Amino acid sequence: MAEHNSIWEALGFRKASGVGEAGWGRTLAVAIVSLIYFLPVLFIIFTAFKPQDAALSVPPTLSPTSFFGLIPDQFVFSPTLENFGSVFKRSMTSGGAPESTGFDRYFFNSIVIASSSVLLALVIGTLAAFGFSRYPLKGNDTYLFIILTTRMLPAIVVIIPVILMFRVVGLSGSYTGIILLYTAFNLAFTIWMMKSFFDELSLDVEDAARIDGSSDTKVFFKIALPQVVAGLAATFVFGLILTWNEFLFALLLSGPDTRTVPVAMNQAVSSGGRGTDWTLLAAIETLFLIPVFLVTFFLQNHLLRGVTFGTVKR
Amino acid sequence: MTSTTATASPPALMRLSPDNWKLAILVGLIVSVLAAIALPASASFWVIGVMAALIAAAFVVNAYRRKYYGGLLVAPAIAVLFVMNIFPLLWSLGLSFFAYQSNQQSIRFVGLANYIKVLTNDIMAPANWAALVNTAMFVVLTVTAQMIVGFLLAMLFAKQFPLRKYLLILVLTPMMLSVVASGVFFTYYYDPTFGILSYVINSITGGQFILMDSKVGAVTGIVFADAWMWSPFVMLLVLAGLVSVPKYLYEAAAIDRVSKWRQFWTITFPYIRGLLMLALLFRTIEAFKLADLVILLTKGGNDTMTISYHLIRIANEQNKTSEGAAISYLMLFMVIVLTNLYLYIANRRSQGD
Repeated sequence: MAEHNSIWEALGFRKASGVGEAGWGRTLAVAIVSLIYFLPVLFIIFTAFKPQDAALSVPPTLSPTSFFGLIPDQFVFSPTLENFGSVFKRSMTSGGAPESTGFDRYFFNSIVIASSSVLLALVIGTLAAFGFSRYPLKGNDTYLFIILTTRMLPAIVVIIPVILMFRVVGLSGSYTGIILLYTAFNLAFTIWMMKSFFDELSLDVEDAARIDGSSDTKVFFKIALPQVVAGLAATFVFGLILTWNEFLFALLLSGPDTRTVPVAMNQAVSSGGRGTDWTLLAAIETLFLIPVFLVTFFLQNHLLRGVTFGTVKR
Repeated sequence: MTSTTATASPPALMRLSPDNWKLAILVGLIVSVLAAIALPASASFWVIGVMAALIAAAFVVNAYRRKYYGGLLVAPAIAVLFVMNIFPLLWSLGLSFFAYQSNQQSIRFVGLANYIKVLTNDIMAPANWAALVNTAMFVVLTVTAQMIVGFLLAMLFAKQFPLRKYLLILVLTPMMLSVVASGVFFTYYYDPTFGILSYVINSITGGQFILMDSKVGAVTGIVFADAWMWSPFVMLLVLAGLVSVPKYLYEAAAIDRVSKWRQFWTITFPYIRGLLMLALLFRTIEAFKLADLVILLTKGGNDTMTISYHLIRIANEQNKTSEGAAISYLMLFMVIVLTNLYLYIANRRSQGD
């Protein structure tokens, strides 16, 4: 392998050395594949910056710049930030002040509902997982199987009775209802995943701490929990991605005040009767992608370690 | 601390005490089902809520008395799952034996008639079977595509190389997109007038290419979109397995001049097999639920109706709640059979080593 200068190494790019490492050649090959795989997403992001007419041009416009003449002019559009404004404000055709589209509210709803239900599931599920792992109940495996089964069921099977139940109790369209539902939706996965992390831990340290007089509470918080941080992060990311984008439950169960972005996005796209507003949809999705993208990026190392740690039996 | 279940006290398992959670579950279930049948829905909900609280209380007391911290730790999770998952499931199981439409007041016990109707009725059954066959087709096609693409992507990322972290996130992004956006944008990519696909193919062949015009095209379009979105999930699981292989095994194999092909099957594969099976299980279950992409891309046209979407139509648009529940339960039965078959095979294979 060729020599790398120290700047690259300082940035954390290691030299290829030994088994399991490859050099810049691999980077180039993977970059090409990754970019091709990423193209449809890139197209959505670019569409968010297109002026209205460019979005519906034939042939489709592909790039905001010609990359120094690499891309023919007919595929190039001039980028604008207008679409991001029209996500939140809609100018009236009859004139007057622009009207709010309510998307600020929907983004707020998505953040509140997704984060609170994933965190709630993480708290309840981690406790339960620790219980299942350390204090096996009589018929432990049966409970675990039933819990796993709720995850195996297609969500559609529970939708009908949940709709009926929420209608009866008056939970339909409330935060409580949908947060509880999503919590249950995440719970099975959380318990299953966190239990396998706790199972992997060595019991010796915990026993030693108990002999030294630590309470069970202290053992959980001071010894067990710090060792499964990677698992918590991985579970959080998986749960967040699923809940953030969940559509069917949200469509059928959220009211006008608790509508989440995927539902509102669907309505923004299908209403109006003038066909799909591509640039608006792209702008919404681009904004909607940012939080979950950042969370995944910053927890990425944990994600890989967490999955490994949790599921591979030694 | 109070259990209000006052009956005679049989010995052993049926012993009456505040901490007998088995009895509490039994009584809770019976009372819940009776209440659901006999009382109006708004009243029966609260009865059932009380029963759930009773079961929870029994668990807590039991745990507390025996210093069973397990019970205490598990109780909140069981409570949430019971209210949000298990109870609705029992409710819909009950509904499947009644003639009930959510937009009407009348409700009438009909036994197995709903099941017989959805399986054999001249008008309903063929649509149900067609949707089921389509679902099976989608399950096979999407899962196969995801496993292959996910596996190949994971092999690409298996080694450490410069910038890996930044390239990996690019491949993971499709999974993070909202299915609404990616689905709608795939209609755009496939669009005969504005779409890139038709533009490219038209400029090569000179004809007018419309992907969604035939069943083959429509299915290809849906499978491609679904595989693109969810292959990263398979990749992540497989990659986790690949990363976990101890490096010294490869070093030893290199010294012994073992061929790459054999290295893969004897060293790598055992580490990823479990995760591959896990990915297969998850994706199969998910593929069974395939509905949103179909709704967005074809609306069930060109014979692409899936059982999940069919169910949404029956239960939500046509308000045939109890027939929908009957289909749900038949579907559930199939998923459980498939899952158990899968677990059986997976266990037998892992024991076979």
